[in-house]
Amino acid sequence: MTVKLEARNISLSYGDPASGGNLLALSDINLQVREGEFVSIVGPSGCGKTTFLSVVDGLIRASAGQILVDGHVVTKPGRDRAVVFQDASLLPWRSVRRNVLYGLECAGITGRPAEERAAHFIDMVGLRGFEERYPYQLSGGMQQRVNLARALVMDPELLLMDEPFAALDAQTREMMQEELLQIWRASGKTVLFITHQIDEAIFLSDRVIVFSARPGRVKESVDITLDRPRSLKLKRDPRFHALEDRIWGLIQEDGGPPAR
Amino acid sequence: MRKPLRIMTTPSPQATLDAPPKAAGLAWPLRWQRRLIGGATVLGLVALWQAVVSLGLIDPLYISSPVLVIQAGIGAFQDGDIWADIRVSSIEFCVGYLAAIAIGIPLGLATGMNRRFSYLLGPFIDIMNAVPRVTFLPILILWFGIGLWSKFAVVFLGALVPIAIATDTGVRTNEARFVRVARSFGASRLKLLTSIILPGTVPYLFTGLKYGAGRALLGVVVGELYASTAGVGHMIADAGNLFDTSTVMFGVTLFMVTGIGVTTLLNRIEQHFDRWRPQEQQR
Repeated sequence: MTVKLEARNISLSYGDPASGGNLLALSDINLQVREGEFVSIVGPSGCGKTTFLSVVDGLIRASAGQILVDGHVVTKPGRDRAVVFQDASLLPWRSVRRNVLYGLECAGITGRPAEERAAHFIDMVGLRGFEERYPYQLSGGMQQRVNLARALVMDPELLLMDEPFAALDAQTREMMQEELLQIWRASGKTVLFITHQIDEAIFLSDRVIVFSARPGRVKESVDITLDRPRSLKLKRDPRFHALEDRIWGLIQEDGGPPAR
Repeated sequence: MRKPLRIMTTPSPQATLDAPPKAAGLAWPLRWQRRLIGGATVLGLVALWQAVVSLGLIDPLYISSPVLVIQAGIGAFQDGDIWADIRVSSIEFCVGYLAAIAIGIPLGLATGMNRRFSYLLGPFIDIMNAVPRVTFLPILILWFGIGLWSKFAVVFLGALVPIAIATDTGVRTNEARFVRVARSFGASRLKLLTSIILPGTVPYLFTGLKYGAGRALLGVVVGELYASTAGVGHMIADAGNLFDTSTVMFGVTLFMVTGIGVTTLLNRIEQHFDRWRPQEQQR
């Protein structure tokens, strides 16, 4: 299978205003994500998961190393990647429809083709009829659906998801996880998913990469061979619990449990 | 496009249940209450004013009376000279205020977005803010004469500073996460400005515009009272010299109506740009 994303010796340090010295946030990260693969990164809070995602997106320049997408070096954000942001980050002054159109506008795609694509993905995430609502009129789960549609409408090669369900209540989160898997299966996108929820990572992924505490390093990569398609019942399977225990142990021997 | 693949469960009824209902401004009893209390207070004061004069408690030379002010107004319009004064004052206000908007907003955007610009222009803006701009009038008249140009200058300076400061503050309070979204989608600098920075700045911007309108009006009045050949302020000064209190009050009324009119117009425009904001916050 072809490699979609490759991180080669990624390190990142930045000036720390408190101590005046340099703070190492990411240390020599090497990983590969294959085309169509769903990979999650888990780790203790403050381990640089989100920072690493920003490096992959091209928003932050690594101090050393390279990010390659389809063999091309990443230097800035591009059309081949799209981010599903933490806390939805919907533009509050735009309706659902115009939020979904946002990325297309930035890429210079407007008019009928853009409107049709937006309508397609708004429908896919189940928000038909809510097109003209503003973000404040939506529940947290609905905001995350818009967030997802806003990224999917760009038809990216690589979908970068930054703890998208962290702020949702437990029930909505589980529902969104199941629906995300269905969308992923239908679209065949490659996904890099950041989370601090171990069960979420296992349930969604083909592979879970465990980061160590600061500075972030790849501690281990755990293959999740559980059958697909998966339903929420899987979370009560003994094999699921065994994986959970294993990953929990990996994180715990290294700076304590992940933030809840 | 082919029929969209519909994967996520339909939002109803759960989604419709937890989506808040579309807010619709103030409930009518509150709006009614606001108008009743506000209107009654104003009407009551006007009635009291008329009463103390009609009952002979205070000489109308000092405070005129509502009826006398209306008579003075009718007389002025029938006479026709007032139109020229209104025209002159309006031109002074519009030219100075619009120029202040045209310069002040870009200035505030520049200092808010660019550190070096703010270092360069910050002290200048702070100094101008500390000094009432009307104190420059003698110099401005020396430079531009007692005609329209000195008034343009003082109105412009009066409105420029609050507009620039408010815009600058608005830009600085922009949320970094929205800028991140724009950059991630590869937004151009212009797109970042129009889609993220300006919408986020709207409440501050309009505060500055309203405050600036008041300063602009102040510039018109003081400029014309100080030295002028025409204008509503000029008319007030003339009437004052003749102890024609009613005409003075009529001129004050004209400025008052203008001020309320401009503020109402700006509120309307602001509401249009701010319709995405939860309505509960307005009252």
